[in-house]
Amino acid sequence: MDLANVWYLIIAIFWIGFFVLEGFDLGVGVLHRFVGNDDVERRVAINTIGPFWDANEVWLIVGGAAIFAAFPAWYATMFSSLYLALVLVLVALIVRGVAFEFRGKRDSQRWRSGWSWALTISSALVPLLLGVGVGDLLVGLPIDADQNFTGTFWNLLTPYGLLTGVTLLVLCLADGAAFLALKTTDDIRERSRALAVRFGIIGLILAVLWVLYTVLGPGGPKPLALVFMVVAALGIAAGVLYQTKGRDTAAFTGTALGIGGAVAALFASLFPNVMVSSTSAANNLTVANASSGSYALTIMTVVAVIMFPIVLAYQIWNYYVFRARLQAPKELVADVPGLKRDVPDAGKDETSDRQHQ
Amino acid sequence: MSNVDLARLQFAMTSIYHFLFVPLTIGLAFLTAILQTRWHRSGDPNLRKLTRFFGNLLLINIAIGVVTGLVQEFQFGMNWSEYSRFVGDVFGAPLAMEGLAAFFLESTFLGLWLFGWDRLPKKLHLACIWLVSIGSALSALFIIAANSWMQNPVGYQINDQNGRAQLDDVVAIFTNPVFINAYLHVLFASAVTGAVMMLGVAGYQIRKGNKQFLTAAKTSLVVLFPSIILAMGVGSELGVIEATYQPMKIAAAEAQWETCQPCSFSLFQIGGGNDDQDPKQIIEVPYLLSILATNSPDGQVVGLNELQAQYEQEYGPGYYVPNVFVQYWSMRLMAYTASAVALLGALGLFLWWRKKLEGARWFWGLAIIGIFTPYVMNTAGWMLTENGRQPWIVQGLMKTESAASPSVTALEIWISIIVFALVYIILGVIWASLMFRAARKPLPEDEPTAPDDKSRDDVPALTY
Repeated sequence: MDLANVWYLIIAIFWIGFFVLEGFDLGVGVLHRFVGNDDVERRVAINTIGPFWDANEVWLIVGGAAIFAAFPAWYATMFSSLYLALVLVLVALIVRGVAFEFRGKRDSQRWRSGWSWALTISSALVPLLLGVGVGDLLVGLPIDADQNFTGTFWNLLTPYGLLTGVTLLVLCLADGAAFLALKTTDDIRERSRALAVRFGIIGLILAVLWVLYTVLGPGGPKPLALVFMVVAALGIAAGVLYQTKGRDTAAFTGTALGIGGAVAALFASLFPNVMVSSTSAANNLTVANASSGSYALTIMTVVAVIMFPIVLAYQIWNYYVFRARLQAPKELVADVPGLKRDVPDAGKDETSDRQHQ
Repeated sequence: MSNVDLARLQFAMTSIYHFLFVPLTIGLAFLTAILQTRWHRSGDPNLRKLTRFFGNLLLINIAIGVVTGLVQEFQFGMNWSEYSRFVGDVFGAPLAMEGLAAFFLESTFLGLWLFGWDRLPKKLHLACIWLVSIGSALSALFIIAANSWMQNPVGYQINDQNGRAQLDDVVAIFTNPVFINAYLHVLFASAVTGAVMMLGVAGYQIRKGNKQFLTAAKTSLVVLFPSIILAMGVGSELGVIEATYQPMKIAAAEAQWETCQPCSFSLFQIGGGNDDQDPKQIIEVPYLLSILATNSPDGQVVGLNELQAQYEQEYGPGYYVPNVFVQYWSMRLMAYTASAVALLGALGLFLWWRKKLEGARWFWGLAIIGIFTPYVMNTAGWMLTENGRQPWIVQGLMKTESAASPSVTALEIWISIIVFALVYIILGVIWASLMFRAARKPLPEDEPTAPDDKSRDDVPALTY
């Protein structure tokens, strides 16, 4: 097997890994407001992903950097054509990243509510926009013979890209709700389960539409892609089914399989292209014409073969260490004074905040 | 402004901003790890409180460092697609290695450290902060390897068919003399940045009467003084190396238009710049430029005019002199602020030796003001090295003017510049207010103790 093909596979694995892992923490980011009725419950929801989200996001960074290293032409054309969309993705990722860290740093109701909204909106934007972006790779963008994008921002909003984005967003919401059901107790868990079922059903409908669009449209019926599509659909359906039976682990596994299968299907449909040109098939960027030289790919393969198992091992260990469910404490822990189990009204909290200063 | 100028403006803005947070992260992670190690060895509860106190500052800072780093990685493809296409084969590899080897390590163990207080075994928890520290230092290693390749490209060949640079010797990338010195320079400067922050914050607390911070201040002094001396020493060596590979950079840093031997170093000048070849030099130190550029008091420094003539012969017609005004002043700003930091460190050690450290309120006042100096020093250092490479984006191989994305319009770049500027200003204000808040908090009276119920040991804390 050609090393360029190997690297296409590795990059696909990173993007699948990103959507599977970051998928649920994006979902939790959006949903924490809706499964938590007061500040403590919201904190419980956010803290279910506390030890994980940062490392999950690194899958995207490595996925991007691997494209740069293994397929410089793909990286150059993709990132410059998706320009404004990526500016938005970056702003969303920035806001999300600091929202986690900053939300709890002040004991003001307004401060926390503001960061909560920021977390919800930014977490929704990331899968939506990235979904549009990866959908566009397959359906094609105007690209000339020099591998340069010739369109504008509006060319990015293809119907197929938009459907891909919305599907991924809803699947992330279903996955996030399933993760919350798995990691919480009592009221939050019940609300999460209800949401997981609801988003699971919508996600299944969208995924089936997306599969039909892909197979009849830009992707065509490719055997490997069809296998992943079936896995995705069965996974989401199983997720809904197990959720109604209260089997959290099985339900979460099913939903996660759904996202992973969908992204895998997309990459399988795209191969051997990496970026389709809607101008002319002759301008398509392919695994063969966009890749780095064999020396660079060999070095990268050696590094990946050594590092990847180590990374996987300590990430799995991280999930193992923090495997328990989170509970809303009856009394708040001592390091956050001022926020009682019953949320004080905004005016009262402002006063106590001023006293702190 | 041309699209290239706009893309440069954005890159300069976002990189300078990003590098305000990076060195503090590297330095403070290291110092926090030292404090926790001291707590681990002595069992002194005060050291545990200090670890958590400075760990909190580290977290506020790390959040912005991470998210602004994302912009850096995306930006190569977004704004510099021609550059990315040309160098990706060589330049992309260290970036991918950085993700695999450094970012995963840093982010995973930061999560474990942050949520693992009282839950992980103590030794393991201590190992976590050290792995965070190693991860942050490793990420700088790969970035500096990539950047050093732009300063002094090695280990590549140009592909005849597509005209792109292709990696053919990875060992050369990591034995590049520019890389080795630049990496050490960055590491020591980062230790300085973290130590000055710790010293200044401890100084504020000591002035308020919180004597528990004295031990943190002493730790930071022990790190600070050797680090700044080593940063200056390695930096001076880096200057000599760059004088070999990038003579324009060093000649421009002294505004040396004519070849000289031996060469003196001016402390200040009035006038100067690319249109004024005869500025008024104030206080010239004889032999110093020769020593800085060649390690020999009698070394020759080739002047900008001669270099320009040489480059025209080698690379064809064009203007190859970087912005001399920026070079001259960024070099001095860096050197002078570094000297001030070295004096601060020496003064602290002297007072400690004379057992006058605790009561020296004026010294703690200086230490608080001192917090700002490493930021000026670091920024000036990057201006010196990046501006000095111009007009090249990769020295001798590709000019900046032909590296930008042809498909991105001026309007799009304006939009992204304004968006990033606004987001960064807001982030900066929040960062500063949170840092001030966290730095002024007294240490807690009683640390929350470990939960008695061992069955709940694996439950993550409500840290966020």
